[in-house]
Amino acid sequence: MPVIVRDSGFEQDTWEAEGGLFIDLEKYGQDVADRDPSKTAIDIPNNVTVESLKGLFVNASMIRIPFPSFADGRGFSLAKQLRQQGYEGKLRAIGHLIADQYGFARVCGFDEIEIDDEMAKRQPEEQWLARIPKQDLSYQNLLMGERPLRNA
Amino acid sequence: MARVVYPKIVTANHLLEGDVIYMTASGDWSRKHEDAKLYEDRHEAEDALKFAQEQAHMLAGAYLADAQIGKNGKPEPVHFREAFRTRGPSNYPNHGKQAEV
Amino acid sequence: MYNYNQFDHDFVRNRVKEFRGQVERRLDGSLTEDEFKPLRLMNGLYLQLHAYMLRVAIPYGTLNSRQMKQLAMISEKWDKGYGHFTTRQNIQYNWPKLKDTPDILDALADVEMHAIQTSGNCVRNVTADHFAGAAADEIEDPRPTAELLRQWSMDHPEFQFLPRKFKIAMTGSPNDRAVTKAHDIGIRMVRNDKGEPGYEILIGGGLGRTPMIGKVVREFLPKADLLPYVEAILQVYNLNGRRDNKYKARIKILVHETGIDTLREWIEEVFETQKIHHQTPPAEMIEAIEAQFQPPKFDNAKVDEDKLSKIIAADPLLRSFVETNISEHFDSNHAIVTISLKPIGGTPGDATAKQMRIMAGLAEAYGYDELRVSHEQNIILPHVRRDDLPEIYKVLKDAGLATANVGLLSDMIACPGMDYCALATARSIPVAQELSIAFEDLKLQQDIGPLKIKISGCINACGHHHVGHIGILGLDKAGVESYQITLGGDGTQTASIGERAGPGFSYEEIVPAVSRIIDCYMNIREGKNDTFLDVYRRVGADPFKEALYPEETATA
Repeated sequence: MPVIVRDSGFEQDTWEAEGGLFIDLEKYGQDVADRDPSKTAIDIPNNVTVESLKGLFVNASMIRIPFPSFADGRGFSLAKQLRQQGYEGKLRAIGHLIADQYGFARVCGFDEIEIDDEMAKRQPEEQWLARIPKQDLSYQNLLMGERPLRNA
Repeated sequence: MARVVYPKIVTANHLLEGDVIYMTASGDWSRKHEDAKLYEDRHEAEDALKFAQEQAHMLAGAYLADAQIGKNGKPEPVHFREAFRTRGPSNYPNHGKQAEV
Repeated sequence: MYNYNQFDHDFVRNRVKEFRGQVERRLDGSLTEDEFKPLRLMNGLYLQLHAYMLRVAIPYGTLNSRQMKQLAMISEKWDKGYGHFTTRQNIQYNWPKLKDTPDILDALADVEMHAIQTSGNCVRNVTADHFAGAAADEIEDPRPTAELLRQWSMDHPEFQFLPRKFKIAMTGSPNDRAVTKAHDIGIRMVRNDKGEPGYEILIGGGLGRTPMIGKVVREFLPKADLLPYVEAILQVYNLNGRRDNKYKARIKILVHETGIDTLREWIEEVFETQKIHHQTPPAEMIEAIEAQFQPPKFDNAKVDEDKLSKIIAADPLLRSFVETNISEHFDSNHAIVTISLKPIGGTPGDATAKQMRIMAGLAEAYGYDELRVSHEQNIILPHVRRDDLPEIYKVLKDAGLATANVGLLSDMIACPGMDYCALATARSIPVAQELSIAFEDLKLQQDIGPLKIKISGCINACGHHHVGHIGILGLDKAGVESYQITLGGDGTQTASIGERAGPGFSYEEIVPAVSRIIDCYMNIREGKNDTFLDVYRRVGADPFKEALYPEETATA
């Protein structure tokens, strides 16, 4: 069972149980565009341009961005761009992220991270919560007013 | 020209100390190259490497290195890089393993 | 000289605490070695050939005597009593232990230093002209901007996992002493037609496997726009830089494959967004940084130049030191002293704890408490009174630090090479040592004139061999060390990449080969002011190739 990491701690993923659907961007078509946005999440690859996604912002209440490896930081910039371009739904990171990256993900605009069971065991809840962004220790916040965008 | 295939040893660095270490026949670790177990068989060598990698709590960066039996009947390095690892830096003869000899 | 405020202190202490926790989590299995590695690298800790290596940041190469003394203390307490100053204006310790590293980082924090982002695929320690704030030719001190960039880059949430490392260098002088054209971003302080201060921004320079000279992406960037513009460059790079091949992952390849004009459009577009979403750094913060880089209150008593020249004239060794190791200061009573860390036969860039303390003492007594590390692996006293030069020379001489070879043949850059580095393919330090011994006569070196020999022990080019007048690259050729020579490189404002001279030389052959190049140069130069680089640019590679490969050219 995957685990959802949020500022409040580990949670079970209730998205699908509550009728939510994950749809691959490439399979996204008119039929899903007619769906209820509150039950629609889009899986995007981490090499798309945000420009090409703008039209979908109102059709989904969640966008999920993959991290194929924790060393692949594209997802951070992608999340930041989505927020800057006005996406207001939920942003979830999925894949190989480590607890030490939780703060980076949050400040870049992710609301939560989906990790697998093995990772949740190896890096338990307290290791992730220890990395909730400390705004009073952020140079970017100090210099440019960069802060976590939301955790809805 | 066919490439010569040499026997292998398993080597790594000690996790806490950083020092170069070699896996012995008993699966323990020694700081001396001559104590290393020499694997003639490629599959045995790869199994030994896997065994080493499972000991991640005490070492880092395990790999297989070419070695051969030297004049004293014990394994010695083939490549100059591995030879340097058995000694230490050439600009400070009193630093590294060479200082202990 | 930048002094930490409470925020800086808290940030660095918190970072040490985090790293201490990461070491513990590596030991208890929470972090795999693969996961721990980039985390330790971001804190400066490498695992090298024989041991760990800790690379400590000396931002834009500036430090005070207290910091230098602490570096000495650390080398004695946790290392082997010496340190290695590098081309990135850092200091490296070659023998720390993992278990001691958090304590070392705390000891650095005690003197307002850190090892953050001296490695890893993130924005590295920002480098700058080592004569900044002192040079006679300077337009503006680049260090307040470099400090701003240091702060901006620290733990930047978006840019800790870039495709590859990212290096920024700055200069405020028309004479480029910071190799800005061979960095991912090179920044020059300029003024526009209206006389307003700003920056010229270059991107895509770099050495390594594919050496490239940086290209101008913005001719004039107003000062206030710096952070959003740099954010834009990094964001475009993070999203578009190649991640399929480590050797093609630097921004220079993106520039090369995409084209500077297209990339400029992408960057400008993102820049517009960044400007909307970020505030300009508060003016009082910028002013607080700038205030800390004001020149010291100089002792303005007029130097008795007559008396000084008599003292200098009376001691030929002092005279030679003054001629070679002293540079012009903007204040006529003062001078810039370069302390050579290249004694004949020594390891380029190494200093013992005792030498570090002596240099710190000189800075305290004569140098307004300021020291610099140059990318050429020397230490600088940026502000000393000219009439103190004889006394400074005496102290340096007694400490084995008065080698009068700055800018000459034996003032070589050499990377650690296979004596330390896990990536190296051949040794570089012993080549430098033997070359300097072969040309140990400083009179001969002075006769040969300005010459930059730069040696790298692998294709990654930490020894900057591509921009050496004579570059030497050590390779592993079928299990044997082999050294390739490049000629005509230049790392200054007239930057160029050296050209390969031909087949490599063995370890035994490399010093005689360089000697043949020097002989050739001496034979064809038109007088002493006709430098090696001038000659090479005029006559090309052919005469040098003939000298290097006499048999082949004879039979051809």
